[in-house]
Amino acid sequence: MGARKQIHLGVHFPGVNNTTVWTDPRSGSQIDFTSFEHLARRAEEAKLDFFFLAEGLRLREHKGQIHDLDVVGRPDTLPVLAALAAVTDRLGLAGTINTTFNEPWELARQFATLDILSGGRAAWNLVTSSDAFTGENFRRGGFLPHDERYERAAELVAVARKLWDSWDDDAVIAHAGSGQFVRPGSVHEVRHEGKHFQVRGEFTTPRGPQGHPVLFQAGDSSDGRDFAAATADVVFSAHSTFEAGQAFFTDVKGRLAAHGRRPEELLILPATTVVLGDSAQDAAERSREIRLQQVPGPTAIAFLEQVWGRDLTDHDPEGALPRIEPDVENLDITRGRVRHVKDPRSIAAAWRELADANGWSIRQLVIEVTSRGGFVGTATQVADAIDRHVQEDASDGFILVPHLTPGGLDDVLDQVVPLLQERGSFRTDYAGTTLRDHLGLTRPAPRATRSTSDRALVG
Amino acid sequence: MAFPVTPRQLHLGVDLSDAGAHPAAWRTHGSQAQRLFDAERLQHLVEVAQRGTLDLVVLDDSFSLQPSRSTTLRGRLDAALVAARLAPRSRGIGLVPTVATTHTEPFHVSKAIATIDHVSGGRAAWQVSWTDDEQDAAHVGRGPALTEAGAVAEAEEAVEVVTALWDSWEDDAEIRDQATHRFVDRARLHYVEHDGVHFAVKGPSITPRPPQGQPPIVVRVGSEASFGLAARHADVVRISATDRDEALDLRLRLRAAAAAAGREPGDLRVLVDAFVVIGPDRASARARLDLLTELEGVEWDTGSLTHVGTARDLAETFLDWSAVGAADGFVVRPASLHTDLDVLVDSVVPLLRDARAFRDRYAGPTLRDQLGLARPVNRYAAIA
Ligand SMILES: Cc1cc2nc3c(=O)[nH]c(=O)nc-3n(C[C@H](O)[C@H](O)[C@H](O)COP(=O)(O)O)c2cc1C
Repeated sequence: MGARKQIHLGVHFPGVNNTTVWTDPRSGSQIDFTSFEHLARRAEEAKLDFFFLAEGLRLREHKGQIHDLDVVGRPDTLPVLAALAAVTDRLGLAGTINTTFNEPWELARQFATLDILSGGRAAWNLVTSSDAFTGENFRRGGFLPHDERYERAAELVAVARKLWDSWDDDAVIAHAGSGQFVRPGSVHEVRHEGKHFQVRGEFTTPRGPQGHPVLFQAGDSSDGRDFAAATADVVFSAHSTFEAGQAFFTDVKGRLAAHGRRPEELLILPATTVVLGDSAQDAAERSREIRLQQVPGPTAIAFLEQVWGRDLTDHDPEGALPRIEPDVENLDITRGRVRHVKDPRSIAAAWRELADANGWSIRQLVIEVTSRGGFVGTATQVADAIDRHVQEDASDGFILVPHLTPGGLDDVLDQVVPLLQERGSFRTDYAGTTLRDHLGLTRPAPRATRSTSDRALVG
Repeated sequence: MAFPVTPRQLHLGVDLSDAGAHPAAWRTHGSQAQRLFDAERLQHLVEVAQRGTLDLVVLDDSFSLQPSRSTTLRGRLDAALVAARLAPRSRGIGLVPTVATTHTEPFHVSKAIATIDHVSGGRAAWQVSWTDDEQDAAHVGRGPALTEAGAVAEAEEAVEVVTALWDSWEDDAEIRDQATHRFVDRARLHYVEHDGVHFAVKGPSITPRPPQGQPPIVVRVGSEASFGLAARHADVVRISATDRDEALDLRLRLRAAAAAAGREPGDLRVLVDAFVVIGPDRASARARLDLLTELEGVEWDTGSLTHVGTARDLAETFLDWSAVGAADGFVVRPASLHTDLDVLVDSVVPLLRDARAFRDRYAGPTLRDQLGLARPVNRYAAIA
């Protein structure tokens, strides 16, 4: 079989955006636990690496009102993952948790708990997105300029790691005879005095099976990439096409050496979609139908309004683009999602040109400009393409994003994964029990074997 | 035993914290102390409690380790996540994690409890806690500790925000209207617009209204401040009382205070903490407690109803306290979980069932069903 690079695959539970199609008759609940259980069980049957949940801490708004065209509402990340730990055995459980609206003591004990409850399967996707809009749901309100967000995230992780390491691995001895529940001297006081956090005390929770949960990072700026290179085990990226993937891969892996890390210590897993068909043409046809479902008329208009900064509901989505110019004063017409509109007037001009040249309606234009690629083809074609991306270093694998809840990946798991297994690029069974085992990541050394620099920080 | 014709129905919870309520429980044979943090150990305990059709299990929590003056046992898991972990493989029984309000965000607390309610099909409750402990404050480092009165006042504000967020989605907010392509009816989603002393929270929640509408609020009363919080907000009040008259007096005062706050006193379930060492006869129960005392080196000081004796005597005590209106039920705190929970379920519960004072099957799928509490109307719902 030679030394084929091994592919890593996760499943993303459908998000609250227009990738997720809810108008389809097969669309199930995004809240009922049965939906989460379905996707997690299917992923585990296919021997995938992990299940992934995104997070957003305020309902999105558009034109000053709650955006009502996409799926809205989701349960809390960590309790869902804890519940999934009861119905799966091996699958990694990755949760997105914001570093801005949480405190290290609470988060560290939540992730240590999830790691213990799941037998070593916890992962934390650190996101830094924060704005005053989301802050309105929290004590601290809105704060933190962009560069300070990563500073806070880095300090938060540093504190969390001190807390996870403050119990020695074999601290719990439960020695009934002597009455020693923990080995004397095996729980160390943590002291941290930093810019964002002052934390002091004995941590409540034993060290988890993985030592530290696997850390994911999703952020694209140079700051974000440096943070990932310094800190993360996995980068969740949006660069799923081959060329962009290779460029991102080279860039981020290239940043590792500066932090004394080797390329295999950080995995790069872009989000991607897959549409299968009996023939290439059949798949392309299905993909077009899904795009039409994802961009109904009102969604196309709302999307255009984000660039135009004004109400366009009097426009026909099947008609031509607005001739009126964007209102450049009104760029936060949509709030609560990550989107950067740079120069609306030039975007509008370019889109008009595109639409005129191709004879596109508003809706067709939106479908084209919001297409993010993804794999479309027969199972064999898709397996070939996924394998090529990984073997040729455009990624270390993918996070698969379905368009239907909960069965949108059933066909991929049933048809594509076996082909990847046949060619020796994907495991046919789990070799270990923890998510670190699946991802080929080493377990962080316990405190006792660390350098003395830590020591100074511990009383 | 002579029982009244239609005895009042008891509610029974059990505390699953640590290895049992006695600090030395982990040191006794069969405690499985090595597996204290093993989810399957807890899952088994829930199965036992469910076999006895108990109303609920309670899970303690705090941001600090167990104080070393009270036990040698060390270590805690996050109770809300433990409750979620226990949900998919249990039925009927309520899951009640303790979640503190002092160093947490009401927005996070609200969606965590709502989600436990979703993953359990309506079996979550929230045991509200707070802290005036300097250690806890140092763990979070946002400022000095609050006074007890200050912490309870903040807890009350947190309860108001959390419960408002649960209502911030009306039950039928999700419409999936194909004709207009609207997934939700935004008129049925509500900003809570809380602007209080301790926090301002805009809302709505990101999580739809939980199956029970409002998961029950559980408050432990131990002071004047917490008495007021319980009377105004609790569905289930946990009290400590060493004798029947003390419990009766407290229960009546709670009901009166609830009524004065404009609530229906019949909507309050007052449960007395009952510490138990149950044996086939009094002497063997006593001997087991003696062993625990010897291991610990100090007498067991519980501060509430404490039963060291037979299952029959315990059942009689429960029925007696209930008959005079001293309690709506009990939160049983087994001295040793691995011993006393089985005896509670297999010996005490059958006697209560024989007396027709306790269910032999669950009344419905939700915790509110077991507690006999109606599903609350949404505070934001338009009155037709
Ligand atoms: C693939 C991907 C997924 C993301 N998922 C989330 C998410 O679930 N929740 C969230 O709050 N932010 C999410 N983000 C936003 C990032 O955390 C980050 O705030 C954003 O990319 C801006 O940071 P940057 O300037 O470094 O790119 C995601 C970003 C990317 C690239």
